Amino acid sequence: MTATSLAPVVEGRGIVQDYAVPGSLFARAGKVRALNGIDFAVDKGKTLAIVGESGSGKSTLARIIALIDAPSGGELRIDDHPVDIARKRPGPALRSKVQMVFQNPYGSLNPRQKIGNVLMEPLVINTDMPASERRDRAEAMIKKVGLQPEHFNRYPHMFSGGQRQRIAIARALMLNPSLLVLDEPVSALDLSVQAQVLNLLADLQDEFDLTYVFVSHDLSVVRYIADEVMVISKGEAVEQGSREALFADPQHPYTRALFAATPVTDVAAIRARVERRKAARAG
Amino acid sequence: MALLNIKNLTVKFATATGSFTAVDGIDVHVDRGEVLAIVGESGSGKSVSMLAVMGLLPDTATITADEMTYDGRDISDLSATERRHLIGREITMIFQEPVASLNPSFTVGFQIEEVLRLNLGLSRHEARTRALDLFRAVGIPDPETKIDAYPHQMSGGQCQRVMIAIAIASNPRLLIADEPTTALDVTIQKQILDLLMKLQEDFGMALILITHDMGVVAETADRVVVQYQGKKMEEADVLSLFEAPQSPYTRALLSALPEHATGDRLPTVSDFFSQEVAR
Ligand SMILES: Nc1ncnc2c1ncn2[C@@H]1O[C@H](COP(=O)(O)OP(=O)(O)OP(=O)(O)O)[C@@H](O)[C@H]1O
Ligand SMILES: Nc1ncnc2c1ncn2[C@@H]1O[C@H](COP(=O)(O)OP(=O)(O)OP(=O)(O)O)[C@@H](O)[C@H]1O
Ligand SMILES: [Mg+2]
Ligand SMILES: [Mg+2]
Repeated sequence: MTATSLAPVVEGRGIVQDYAVPGSLFARAGKVRALNGIDFAVDKGKTLAIVGESGSGKSTLARIIALIDAPSGGELRIDDHPVDIARKRPGPALRSKVQMVFQNPYGSLNPRQKIGNVLMEPLVINTDMPASERRDRAEAMIKKVGLQPEHFNRYPHMFSGGQRQRIAIARALMLNPSLLVLDEPVSALDLSVQAQVLNLLADLQDEFDLTYVFVSHDLSVVRYIADEVMVISKGEAVEQGSREALFADPQHPYTRALFAATPVTDVAAIRARVERRKAARAG
Repeated sequence: MALLNIKNLTVKFATATGSFTAVDGIDVHVDRGEVLAIVGESGSGKSVSMLAVMGLLPDTATITADEMTYDGRDISDLSATERRHLIGREITMIFQEPVASLNPSFTVGFQIEEVLRLNLGLSRHEARTRALDLFRAVGIPDPETKIDAYPHQMSGGQCQRVMIAIAIASNPRLLIADEPTTALDVTIQKQILDLLMKLQEDFGMALILITHDMGVVAETADRVVVQYQGKKMEEADVLSLFEAPQSPYTRALLSALPEHATGDRLPTVSDFFSQEVAR
């Protein structure tokens, strides 16, 4: 093994992000700090899960790692090289190496582009693959995420929410990225399709040594997919460590609250609730 | 009498490769004060059947039904004015993709205040006060600032809660909530579900809750419909469904609950089917 292969695939040092906020009756226009000095590192072939309450800065961090937004401060390093997209736009090699699945799949799909073209476009731009091979690859990918061949010629609005989420995942995988940033990629999927997609991601990781940064609010998903977990709250990393440590002994009150609020599906609890409701209605 | 009653609903889409049946003879009914959960696999027609009720499907859709009534009134061919009176006021919907259903060009405050002014006849000032109350009720942090934000300046979960606030703003009699808490963690999910259940109990609102989360079903539903490939597989009260699921698909869904996961692979429904066959 060479020395360079030991460096993390992606690393953040003191990442800061400020957003401008509108003024209002109550407050002057100003800045909010969405991320306040985040440090992290992900090794090759591993998955870092990012957990945290809504509005804590998960998507903000994901967009920085995926080279979509430039941070206001701190340093992002990919394969041990500093990357500053504010100063120098990433070249095609780096662009295809790092891919992102957005939290809002609808907004990230061009409404006038058929799904087949959505999937083939990255290959057109970034490779000199012949057309027939591009088509084969796109069709194979459609199948892998549990969609049908006849979906190839449909437009984004013709899909269900969960189908669109899978299209977004399929598109991100087309270029064989080595670092994939996924922002709540399975939140709209029923458990069966969710299992299919998570199994696919796990297989690809085993086969190609892919590195994942995976944003999720669902602890059962995190338990399955993560090696390391980072919990963020109000823009700060409040808990960071191995999956085993986090699940065995969660430290931060937010993490504990997550465990405590997980819905129960046992029959006794359902019976009690049904009876409470009956009584409330009668009374 | 059911508040909403739909019999034998079929929705077909004209597509480049011919006609596609998205919903195939589904019955749905919900009573005043009742919580009906619709669960089912991705693409099984859950959203399309509810969009058909709301009259929000594109022209490529052909909708047929033996009956489609709300409060005893036929809603299958309302005039535009009648529909405006009903939809968005008495019947509201929380759409599955919150960011996509908010208008990117207006602040979220403007969007909710417009609903309040048009539907409840509130003044500008009253609308703002009520909008802030609603933002607090759905747990949007720092509502005084966020109310002047545009959708793209809010997080996914914050947009979802804005949608929820808009949908409950006019105290609807029927709320159709399509995966309303997908962007929210369990702590906020609980707050939202408690809020919906409270509205439901205080005002007798009927609630149709589309969800893929069996935990949400267990904690809210009175009755459950299970859909698979555009067809109804099973319908039962919530206790019977969890106690003695009848259809193989429901059993598969319940066995796929993460707490039942074994080994390092997650079971899919087809894994489950092949096991059942093997048994
Ligand atoms: N473009 C923007 N301008 C101003 N504020 C923003 C912008 N984007 C995000 N924010 C704010 O920054 C904070 C963090 O947002 P972010 O989208 O990173 O949250 P998140 O952790 O992904 O939440 P969720 O789980 O709800 O998706 C939020 O309070 C949000 O309102
Ligand atoms: N405009 C359209 N044209 C053609 N097919 C469509 C159109 N809209 C939806 N469909 C198809 O109809 C089927 C049902 O879609 P629907 O959105 O109701 O699924 P769903 O049960 O809500 O799934 P999910 O859980 O993924 O949201 C899907 O196979 C979808 O691809
Ligand atoms: Mg987010
Ligand atoms: Mg849907």
